[in-house]
Formats: sequence, C-alpha cells, structure tokens
Amino acid sequence: MIAQVIDLDVESIYAVFLQRVRELVAGRNMGLVGVHTGGVWLAERLRKDLNVAAEVGVLDVSFYRDDFAQGGLNPGVRPSRIPFEVAGCHVLLVDDVLYTGRTVRAAMNELFDYGRPASIDLAVLIDRGGRELPIAPSVVGRTIEVPDEVSVVLIRESAGRLHLTLEQRARA
Amino acid sequence: MPDPVQNPQLNADGELHHLLSLDALPRGIIERILSTADSFISVGSREVKSVPLLRGRSVFNLFFENSTRTRTTFEIAAKRLSADVFNLNIASSSAAKGESLLDTINNLTAMQADLFVVRHSQGGAPHLIAGHVSPHVHVINAGDGRHSHPTQGLLDLYTIRHYKRDFSALSVAVVGDILHSRVARSDLHALRAVGVPDVRAVGPLTLLPDGLDSLGVRVFTSLEKGLAGVDVVIMLRLQNERMNGALLPSASEYFRKYGLTPEALRAAKPDCIVMHPGPMNRGVEIDSRVADGAHSVILPQVTFGIAVRMAVLSIAASSARFR
Repeated sequence: MIAQVIDLDVESIYAVFLQRVRELVAGRNMGLVGVHTGGVWLAERLRKDLNVAAEVGVLDVSFYRDDFAQGGLNPGVRPSRIPFEVAGCHVLLVDDVLYTGRTVRAAMNELFDYGRPASIDLAVLIDRGGRELPIAPSVVGRTIEVPDEVSVVLIRESAGRLHLTLEQRARA
Repeated sequence: MPDPVQNPQLNADGELHHLLSLDALPRGIIERILSTADSFISVGSREVKSVPLLRGRSVFNLFFENSTRTRTTFEIAAKRLSADVFNLNIASSSAAKGESLLDTINNLTAMQADLFVVRHSQGGAPHLIAGHVSPHVHVINAGDGRHSHPTQGLLDLYTIRHYKRDFSALSVAVVGDILHSRVARSDLHALRAVGVPDVRAVGPLTLLPDGLDSLGVRVFTSLEKGLAGVDVVIMLRLQNERMNGALLPSASEYFRKYGLTPEALRAAKPDCIVMHPGPMNRGVEIDSRVADGAHSVILPQVTFGIAVRMAVLSIAASSARFR
C-alpha cells in the first residue's frame, strides 16, 4: 500500500551530483559502471554529460545478494555486462539510492570477478543513511533522512525524465 | 493453491521446487528459466566464472545410469554456483549391493544434501524421490527411463530462442527414434508449451509412439516431407540396441532413409539450424558434413546447457523452506 508519494526535484539534485562527479573525475579516465536499474540510467546520463567515450558497464547484482536464503533469486535478473577491461581500471560505481550498503557490497564482489580494478569510487544520487556495512560514498547528490518503512525509488518515464518518489512500504 | 498431488514440482506458492518433467510446467516458469539462463551466459565469459549463489549448499549428482555430458554439465553448473558437488556413481556402488533407492536417498539426506540431480533408467524414479525427501530438499531430473529429460528440453528451447529469437512463427522437426527417446518427449512438450505453431515428429512408423496428434504434433514418415520448410531440425540418437530388435532393418538402411545428409537438409529453410542432444552416431542418424557444417549448433547446445542448468538449480533452490 502506498500511503504517500512525495516528488523530489531530481534535476536540481542531479545538477549537484554531476558537478561533484566532475570534480572527482577531474579529467581522469574512469570506467562507469551502473547498478541495475536506476544506477544504469544515471551512469548513461553521466557518460553523455562528461563526454566519456567508453560504454557504461551494467551490473545486476542478483547473483551476489546476501539474502538469497531468505528472498530467493530475483525473478527479473538481467545479464551483467562490462564492456571494458576491469583489471587496472579506475571504476566509478554509480547507484541511485544508498541505504544499507548491501547492494554496493554485492556490486564490488561482482566487479572483482571481472578483474582487479585499480580503484573503485562510489557515486550515489541519494544517501538516505541506515548503513549496515562500512561503506562510504565518494560523491552524494543529496543526503536525506527518511524513516525505515519508507522506500526511496528512482523512476524513469518513457520520455527519459527521472522522478524520485518516497513510498510508504506496507508492513509485513 | 495448486494441488501438490497434481503438480509435485511446485511449492504451495506455485514456484519451482523440483524439476521432474516439462509436461506440467507452467509457461511462466519455463520463460523465467530461459531468461535467467541469459544472465548466466555472461558469467561464463568472465575471468571468474562462478557466482556465490549456492555457497554452502550441497548438490549430489546421483547417476544410476551412465552419462558423461549431462553429469559433467550439471557438475560444472553447480560448481559455477559455488555449491559443494558430490558425484555418486550409484550404478557401481550401493544399488549393486542391493540397497533400495529410498534407503540410498535417506542416507544421502542424512549427509545434509540440499539438491539431488537424478539420472535413472526407470521412468518415474525422480518423482518417487521427490515425494520422499524432506521439504527443504530439491530434486532435478537429469533423465529418467523413456519418460523425460527436462533440462535437455529447456536447453533445446534456449538454443532455438538464441538463434531464432521468437518461437511464434517457427517450424521445428524432431527426427528419429521418437518412441524410445526421453529427449523427444521433453522437446515436444517444451515446444508446444512455448507456443511453437508447427511441431513435427519424423521417423519410421515403428519408432513413432501413438498419441502425438493429441499433443498437437504433426507426424511424418518421409524425411523429405518432414523437413520441408523447417527452421529447426532436432536429430535424435539412434540407440544401437534398437538395431538388434525387429524395429529396424539395419543402420545403413536407416541412414539411407532418415540420416541427415546435406542433400536431405536442402528441404529445410536455408537458414535452418541443426541440433543433436549427443552423443552422435555419425553415419547412422547424421552425416559428418552436417554435424560439422554451417547449420550445426550442436556444440553451442552444450555451452548453453551449462547456463540453463545453472538457472534450474538456482531457481529451484530459491523456493526456500522459509516461505
């Protein structure tokens, strides 16, 4: 049940996010890797705005999640694809919302199965706190505080416009 | 709630719990297996070819009948999921000493097995085991008697979808010893289940079972007519032991009438693909020029089989006991 939907202005958050990513990258050659699904949209947009030649990598971390025994396999798993050599690469890992850090943990484990990167930075549009693992982002678009039972979701319209919504999760 | 007696493969939520045969498997589950396999294909091309999904789980390969390819690809699939894999060649051990099938299963369950991959010469053996194991244990049929070989049927579907993209306008011919083939049975069910409009069974009358019409399968005894305009040809292995009975005159006679030669293949579409579950009898059911030719996708089938088995193992294992 969705009790409340509040729109956050994604474009203004993205503008801050882009500026901070630009400062982090600072002309370096970095490989962009997006985490399905929102992270991929953002990585593709960063690629365009930063004039990165290499295609973005795509990670679906379903095979690396730590809750397989409880939740089973995600029925909508999609192929991961890294179109560049990970070994020796400075990787910029991009995701929409950072929460417990478990998805980032899974994404880093998966990245290492492609090769040994020179470094990994993490860029997230939204940091909502609530970390359960020692993971810290290099770039954050905006930090927000929301209660545990609210989920923050990035949505893309067919025209490509991004929306952030806060949804009240039904209690189990 | 699905009746567990009606469909022992599904749990109370309608999820895949055991894979026993394809004839009662909902199309949605078949499609989920194929799309999950897509994701495992990309894992196979990486430097590290394994993912940690089944870490700490024990997969027992129980082969009461010999098999190299199927056992090996199941073993590779389970290892790429990071499971602990144990291969038991039962044919030469406990069963030979007179232990009953269910006693064998009880003993292995006591060794904390999570999944059993079962190959047995008796049709229905995997069903019997599935009805007997603890609720958290999963059973995957790796071929039982003449009954079913569901992962072969699924990997054949995967192969067809890989090359032809869409099932909805295809003609597919299954050629050879349909009567004794569990692969044929699984393929025919699978092809109908995903909506292939034209499914054909081609072979000598003595090797065609009754009741194919009721499956929606068209029957041909002429190879040329059966292959006319098809997109996919699935050849079946002719088991040597069939030659000794009254069903067939001789291997050379069979090859002359039903062997897939480049000349015979001309009846099919120019871009058709040729499949074979292996092991092949070159010069009996298939000519080497076809087996090794441009239309053959026989070796990719083996590679796809690993990804499909990874999908089956991980999906079955994710119908958790907790839910």
